[in-house]
Amino acid sequence: MTLKRRISQFGVHALLAIGAAVSLFPFYWAVIAATNESGKVFAKPPQLLPGSRFVENVVNLHHSIGIGRVLFNSLLVVSVYTALSLSVCTMAGYAFAKFRFRGRDALFAVFLVSMMVPFHAMVIPLFKMMAAWDWLNTYQALILPNVAYPFAIFLMRQNMLAVPDAIMEAGRIDGVSEWGLFTRIVLPSMRPALAATAIYLFMYQWNNFLWPLVAAQTKEMYTLPVALSSLFGLSRIDYGQVMAGVTLATGPIIVFFLLLQRHFISGILGGAVKE
Amino acid sequence: MRTKTYVPLLFLTPAIALFAVFTVFPIVYSFLLSFQTSVGGEMVFAGLDNYRRLFGDQIFRTALFNTFVILVIQVPIMLFLALVLASLLHAAKRARALFRVSFFMPAVTSLVAYSIIFSIMLMGDGVVNQFLQAVGLKSVPWLSHPWWAKAALILAMTWRWTGYNMIIYLAAMQNIPESLYEAASMDGAGKIRQFFTVTIPQLKPVILFTTILSTIGTLQLFDEPYTLTKGGPSDATLTIGMYLYQTGFRYFDFGYASTLAYVIVVLIAALSFLQFKITGRDGT
Repeated sequence: MTLKRRISQFGVHALLAIGAAVSLFPFYWAVIAATNESGKVFAKPPQLLPGSRFVENVVNLHHSIGIGRVLFNSLLVVSVYTALSLSVCTMAGYAFAKFRFRGRDALFAVFLVSMMVPFHAMVIPLFKMMAAWDWLNTYQALILPNVAYPFAIFLMRQNMLAVPDAIMEAGRIDGVSEWGLFTRIVLPSMRPALAATAIYLFMYQWNNFLWPLVAAQTKEMYTLPVALSSLFGLSRIDYGQVMAGVTLATGPIIVFFLLLQRHFISGILGGAVKE
Repeated sequence: MRTKTYVPLLFLTPAIALFAVFTVFPIVYSFLLSFQTSVGGEMVFAGLDNYRRLFGDQIFRTALFNTFVILVIQVPIMLFLALVLASLLHAAKRARALFRVSFFMPAVTSLVAYSIIFSIMLMGDGVVNQFLQAVGLKSVPWLSHPWWAKAALILAMTWRWTGYNMIIYLAAMQNIPESLYEAASMDGAGKIRQFFTVTIPQLKPVILFTTILSTIGTLQLFDEPYTLTKGGPSDATLTIGMYLYQTGFRYFDFGYASTLAYVIVVLIAALSFLQFKITGRDGT
């Protein structure tokens, strides 16, 4: 490498390193705050090392918001939602991709157009519906809206277009049932797409805030974001506690992300990028 | 060999049923609600009253203004930064995977969680102000001054979404032919010129795509102002999304809240259309 190239490579890496530091610092700061006493977040000079109070903060968090129950709620809602939505959307995507039937394109267009409508335009009727059914503050109310997620249907359809018709015809001639065709021939070849879509749905629901804020009305039904937000809205905030909660809401996802980077990136970008 | 026509319908039934009940019906219902008002607990038809009310509503005007200020400042800064970072990463020889992960990590954090982190970092005696003082600058009233509170939101949102957009650009950059850069370099264009004359024009469709995504996201902005600034100080960071929430679930004025929802719908449709038109004009 010439000297000039070396200097420019050094500059590139230096700028990237600054960017990375800015990107990572808030995570580090969250860990510091979560492992120290509440007052330490404003200590002068700033506390820059993690402390040893994480467990204590989590225990306090449990006393004030019942973090065990909240974690359970989040995990239950997110896992049932992801399983349900992935099944429903994969079947729908399959129908749109591999069958011809009357009204197919019009129906698919309706799903696509609905993606432009923000959740804000559904939240009030949904609230009224749930209230009328006496479903407010229940798990089904938290889970059911958006199970038929148009973007997930779209993703699965795009991926399923690649399944060759010949394979399906061969299966039909061999007497494989339609359900068998779907579960034993089509689905096994869709693993990467299924993983990416599952991650997309999981992240959507794990971070979902507006709907659970409206639909969960007592602490016992709060999901993580709602619980954190309510704790942060108190007049006297215990920062150690709040940040311990933030760490619990973020840490596991980051570990997953580090383990499954490729799936995660394609999942979160939802097929915006082909790698 | 023909399959029975009911086969695809069976696969579609769960999706259609759930979509009809939990998506289509609410969208239509909320449109109807936007023409209704509550009289003694009963919703009655009120014609265009709610829409007329928008024009005289000072808080709505503030919310609209705030949303657009954030949109117009935050989206370009973020997308430009994402382009720069993507170019740098594209040019870097070492530690690319490490940088990629670092930049993308904010995009996997929950909106409420990162808003809380930023709120604490930006408080009066928070770590950001301590840093500013340490390097000889004045501390900034991030959360207590109307304009700085907007800046705080913009800062936080830029942190959360730049890496996300960067990854999209980075992937698109793999498809720019190397020969274009060689030609530009023969014409004497330096790296920075090449960024403006080759990279940006080549990425135009992707830039349009990310602009539309970010615009849609910003118009719906709710989680961040609700948590980070709580809409304040004195409504300086109140967005349309937040105003809708307050109208609907604090004052239970479902009719007017639905009208606000349709304002967001119309804005999203209009701005997406406009962005398509503007970028589509010169044939790319």
